[in-house]
Amino acid sequence: MQPLLASPLLIPLATAAMTALLWSRPVAQRVASVAGAAALSIATILLLLEVAGGPPLVGRMGNWPAPFGIVLVVDTFSAIMLAIAGLKALAVAVYILGSGRASRDRRGLHPLFHGLLFGVCGAFATGDLFNLYVWFEVMLIASFGLLVLDGTRDQVEGGIKYVALNLIGTSFFLIAVGLLYGLTGTLNLADLARTVPTVGNQGAVAAIGLLILVAFGAKAAVFPLFSWLPAAYHTASMPVAAIFAALLTKVGVYAIIRVFTLVFGYDTGFFGPMLTVVAMATMVTGVLGAAAHYDVRRILSFHIISQIGYMLVGVALMTPLALAGSILYIVHHIVVKANLFLIAGAIKREGGSFALGRLGGLWAAKPLLGLMFLIPALSLAGLPPLSGFWGKLAVIRAGLEAEAWLLAGVALIVGLLTLFSMVKIWNEAFWKPQPNPHPVIPLGRMARFGTYAPIAVLCVLTMTIGLWTEPFAALSVAAAEGLLDHDAYIAAVLGPVQAATLTETTP
Amino acid sequence: MKPTLILRSSSALLLWCLVAVSVYVLLRGHNAPGGGFIGGLIAAAGVAVYAVSRGRAAALRMLRLHPAALCGLGLLVAAASGLPAFLDSAAAYLTHRWWFPDVGIQLPLGTPLLFDLGVYLTVLGTVTAMFLSLVEK
Amino acid sequence: MEIAVALATGIVTGCSVYLVLSRHLIRVAIGFVLFSTAANIAIFLSGRLGPMAPPVVEAGAGALAADAANPLPQALVLTAIVIGFGLVAFTLVLLLKGFIRLGTVDADDLRETDRPDNAPAAVRPAEPRREAA
Repeated sequence: MQPLLASPLLIPLATAAMTALLWSRPVAQRVASVAGAAALSIATILLLLEVAGGPPLVGRMGNWPAPFGIVLVVDTFSAIMLAIAGLKALAVAVYILGSGRASRDRRGLHPLFHGLLFGVCGAFATGDLFNLYVWFEVMLIASFGLLVLDGTRDQVEGGIKYVALNLIGTSFFLIAVGLLYGLTGTLNLADLARTVPTVGNQGAVAAIGLLILVAFGAKAAVFPLFSWLPAAYHTASMPVAAIFAALLTKVGVYAIIRVFTLVFGYDTGFFGPMLTVVAMATMVTGVLGAAAHYDVRRILSFHIISQIGYMLVGVALMTPLALAGSILYIVHHIVVKANLFLIAGAIKREGGSFALGRLGGLWAAKPLLGLMFLIPALSLAGLPPLSGFWGKLAVIRAGLEAEAWLLAGVALIVGLLTLFSMVKIWNEAFWKPQPNPHPVIPLGRMARFGTYAPIAVLCVLTMTIGLWTEPFAALSVAAAEGLLDHDAYIAAVLGPVQAATLTETTP
Repeated sequence: MKPTLILRSSSALLLWCLVAVSVYVLLRGHNAPGGGFIGGLIAAAGVAVYAVSRGRAAALRMLRLHPAALCGLGLLVAAASGLPAFLDSAAAYLTHRWWFPDVGIQLPLGTPLLFDLGVYLTVLGTVTAMFLSLVEK
Repeated sequence: MEIAVALATGIVTGCSVYLVLSRHLIRVAIGFVLFSTAANIAIFLSGRLGPMAPPVVEAGAGALAADAANPLPQALVLTAIVIGFGLVAFTLVLLLKGFIRLGTVDADDLRETDRPDNAPAAVRPAEPRREAA
């Protein structure tokens, strides 16, 4: 039990260390990287099976008792996030095999990649606010390194912007952590859930909540804190962009959902309307930004922002259905979005460019790639029976049930605009004739396997979520119920005794 | 700027002095100020002196392992130091385990020392890697 | 005493905001250093100032002495300092790389990645621009 709980942290750490030890041997690094990612995905799926629907699994690191030491807490929501992160890790590790750029292996692609996973998994598993800050930083350092891996002009410039804006975000988080500690004397999330509602100075609590919202919002790229994302993502190499798109912003979303249900969830009157406005503005600005661009990578980058809005609906409305919809949406988005970035890389490998103006004729040349583009693209737009449809359906229905008409309407219209962007990529890259025909260099066998195998598997997964939704929906509902059941979380972390005193002291 | 003869000839001596001090500080960290982090920094300072006086290539040759590999080794050691905790099925990761061999005095060995050693190597590797990437220019 | 330290936090934060808003990237980096320093002081302050005795349980005693300092903020600040050290080192290396690659440390010159990209021929005549592949 305890080894399984620690495995999502231990496996990426050990893999990062192993690949660093094999610094001058790129082939061995690639083998170790894929093996580590496979082990991670198996371990996280086992963990999900262990935790799903039941009480949270708690590990007190170093056996220090709960509010004093650092705890790892994996509930259903965390386990879902870990499992999907493990899956993405495997897909991207295999995809890297298809990229012929051995120079990246020599600059530390693999150690940084697994270092990033280490930070992401840590953030999903921790039950302590300061520890969450540390995981954010682990993730951030690794992502800095990954972003500027090739050292091109674009990457260095995008990297400077990315670093500057993210440093400000994490400093906000640090200040908020300090103030919250000063107010409550604890940073354990379960203990905070117990003490924050009883703090006398609720004005200070609201201010700290806002600081935390700014810090996590900058991570999650919500309106109006998203400017680092379109400045940087399109400069990264494709495997890196895929893992960024899948996991980086989602850690911010995870942190918002976790903290604003567990710690600040009692005060929906203050944070609810604010998060609703933020969610709507994020959806709209993201999709409009995407509509204005003609580079595959930039369109996809702006769509990440737009989708973040849907994920915030759950925590904005705070109903079980809305939260379940958000969780289902996150799962769908991670699968689909990273796949689209991998496909963008394949478009570049096959068509020679990212700019829509230079692309064309790919449907005639590579019909399979066209088909594999259509599945995630239409899923992203929310067409039935693909995975995005169910996520959007749940989110919009939750909006209607909560009588948030505007929110539901915006979500619908943004879905339509998403379809417009996806059709634009289809028309330009796949349908129209190739504007300047050039000889295509066929990919080698390894490159073909590395490029198409992960894309195909993720396409199948998208179809599976779409056609056989029941287990995924049930899991999301269980995770949402776990998120709203604060007493179970507190009891699991602090022990039943303290949970009992809680029910006595708070009405 | 060419390093002086004195610096060049004394850098090896300085390196070993600093490594000796760093190991002392690492071991002292058990119950007094010190430990892996500061020890690693001191050792990295020794490597830095060496690299400044004899050049980046000589420093890399002297280290044998690439700094990133050193960092990886450190992470591996630190991560492994938490594993003996699993010998007890109820204990969480990183739970301390101790071993007191009696060689005249009782030596307080245990997983925390292993962890500190990992920190030492990680800090040494990371700081050296950063420093050498600056020396390169 | 708390008032003085709180004021110092405010002043350091003000200086850092002034520096971060500068166009000169080295100043921005120094601004970050100051900003994280301000955050560290804030954490230290939130652990309450006052007791100065080392937070070590004496041999034979079952608990900390009453005048022991709060060890937790110190541990938090120490962690934050180490992380800040790493981030600043990386930022400086990145700025140096930026200076070598881009030849500038002026934020106003960093416009390359914000440039609007090629529209397809149907929308706008394609410009003969070379891609930075």
